[in-house]
Amino acid sequence: MNIIETRDLRKEFTVSVKTGKLRRSRRTVAAVDGVSLAIQRGEIVGYLGPNGAGKSTTLKMLTGVLTPSSGEVAVCGFKPVPQRLKLARRIGVVFGQRSTLWWDLPLRDSFELLRHIYRVPPAEHEARLAKCRAMLELDEFLDTPVRQLSLGQRMRGELTAALLHGPEILFLDEPTIGLDVVSKQAVREFLAELGGRGDTTIVLTTHDLADIERLCRRIVVIDHGRVVHDGSIEALHARYGSRRRVIADLDEPLTAEVDLPGVRLESSLESSLALRLTFTIDGSTSVGPLVSHLAASGRLRDLTIAEPEIEDVIARLYQSDAPVPLQSQPA
Amino acid sequence: MGETLGAYVKLIGAQGRGQASYRVSFWLDLTGTTILVGADLIAILVIFSRVPLLAGFSLKETIVLFGLAATGFSLADLLVGNIEKIRAYVRLGTLDTVMIRPLSVLGQLLVLDVGFRRVGRVVYGATLLGVALWAAEVHWTPAKLAMLVVAPLAGAAFFCGFFIATSTVAFWWIESGEVANSFTYGGRDFTSYPITIYGGWFRKIFAFALGFAFVAYYPGLFLLGKADPLGAPAWLGWLSPLVSAAVLGLSALIWRFGVRHYRSTGS
Repeated sequence: MNIIETRDLRKEFTVSVKTGKLRRSRRTVAAVDGVSLAIQRGEIVGYLGPNGAGKSTTLKMLTGVLTPSSGEVAVCGFKPVPQRLKLARRIGVVFGQRSTLWWDLPLRDSFELLRHIYRVPPAEHEARLAKCRAMLELDEFLDTPVRQLSLGQRMRGELTAALLHGPEILFLDEPTIGLDVVSKQAVREFLAELGGRGDTTIVLTTHDLADIERLCRRIVVIDHGRVVHDGSIEALHARYGSRRRVIADLDEPLTAEVDLPGVRLESSLESSLALRLTFTIDGSTSVGPLVSHLAASGRLRDLTIAEPEIEDVIARLYQSDAPVPLQSQPA
Repeated sequence: MGETLGAYVKLIGAQGRGQASYRVSFWLDLTGTTILVGADLIAILVIFSRVPLLAGFSLKETIVLFGLAATGFSLADLLVGNIEKIRAYVRLGTLDTVMIRPLSVLGQLLVLDVGFRRVGRVVYGATLLGVALWAAEVHWTPAKLAMLVVAPLAGAAFFCGFFIATSTVAFWWIESGEVANSFTYGGRDFTSYPITIYGGWFRKIFAFALGFAFVAYYPGLFLLGKADPLGAPAWLGWLSPLVSAAVLGLSALIWRFGVRHYRSTGS
């Protein structure tokens, strides 16, 4: 059974646009425009898209914060908005951009309050907290008021807060936004460990593709409110023709142009040290012929083969459709 | 149910501890609000220094009405005054963090920042009411004693409903603050005086259509044993809990509808 299922999910917002000095016209904008998803228990799904694509809006409909304009949605078998109270016990939510902790109280007190709000038996609470304390190294700031925590410390607190009631699904909306390298690493390691155990389904939105590469086998890319890709990272590369690159440093220019099938010269850069040629190789083409061709020229000094970067693929994906999303449209 | 209540009690306690970390601000607020409420009373005293009767009501009788309104309003303000914060929550999108918890949104908002500092106003209103009733030499009967308990509570419920209903407008219209205040604070000022001083359509709308006459005016007449200059029967004061219940119920429906229209913010 799917733990998350949506069919033709839509969310429209009415925005009023200034059309004259005093005149305003109202228009309807679909932030989420017919999203159908099926996520199984234990999956780790990365939800990607440019700003304003509808990522957060989808997440808010899945968690019962926003009422869908149309379409169907079931999370843990519940309808999120009408059954919000029941659903809330089964899910954990982390918002990267806002805190769910008690601002003026020590972190420890927030955890204690959550125990009462979710009615977690003390022993279970202790066990989960102990685990988080060890893995996220919370002990040094457990007695500090939340307002005095650094962003990295706070985010570790938020993660713990979202997990203390043992949720079946953890939703994370840009959990690594604004974090330094070390904190990002800590958060990712923790999520990888959590997801690896297989009993918690994780859905995260992010702009940091390293999060996705480290954590998610499945990615859903959304643009202008519609799903444009749903599958593995490899499938994404294959579909959008990711290209490997061969970067060759030569002592002297080649005598003739390279003319091999599937190989294209991308750039040629001359410096005092060497001539650097960058080739792109089509997905199915072998780099063999190019490498041996370059080696045979006798002028090759150095050679690097670069694997396709997910950034490039995503950038290409975002640019592929023309219309620019409205600024006023909530993400 | 009991356990849910326990969670709220913990939340209120947490809020108290949070506020305690800003101790000076707490005491400044407490004294500040008490002085401000005192200013309203001075306005009444100034009026009566020029005239012996105001639309058929003496100073003592007017202060009984004023005390009833002040007690009901300040009790409501203490309990649900926080709901005003909904505007900030909607504008900043922080309501998201409230909605992911397994507790009622309204309940959480109310305990998010309980205004312990507003306790002073309740004490002030109740004291004023007591003094005015004593000065007016009311002949106490069991029915009047019962009314003395019922009226401030019904008044509080009435204003609670108004606070909730008018704040809900924030879900559609974020800059709704002044409009909401004109109904809540305007309504309090309306009820602080005998409705006989207002005329025509204004009285009809505020006193009867919106129901403000049932907060202080009719219960006050009953307590004072005074016949209504407008000719309404004395038992009308007993309708005040019913009117309050209707307002409270209606406000709950409006609130429910409002939450469904929450738009959140980008990201």
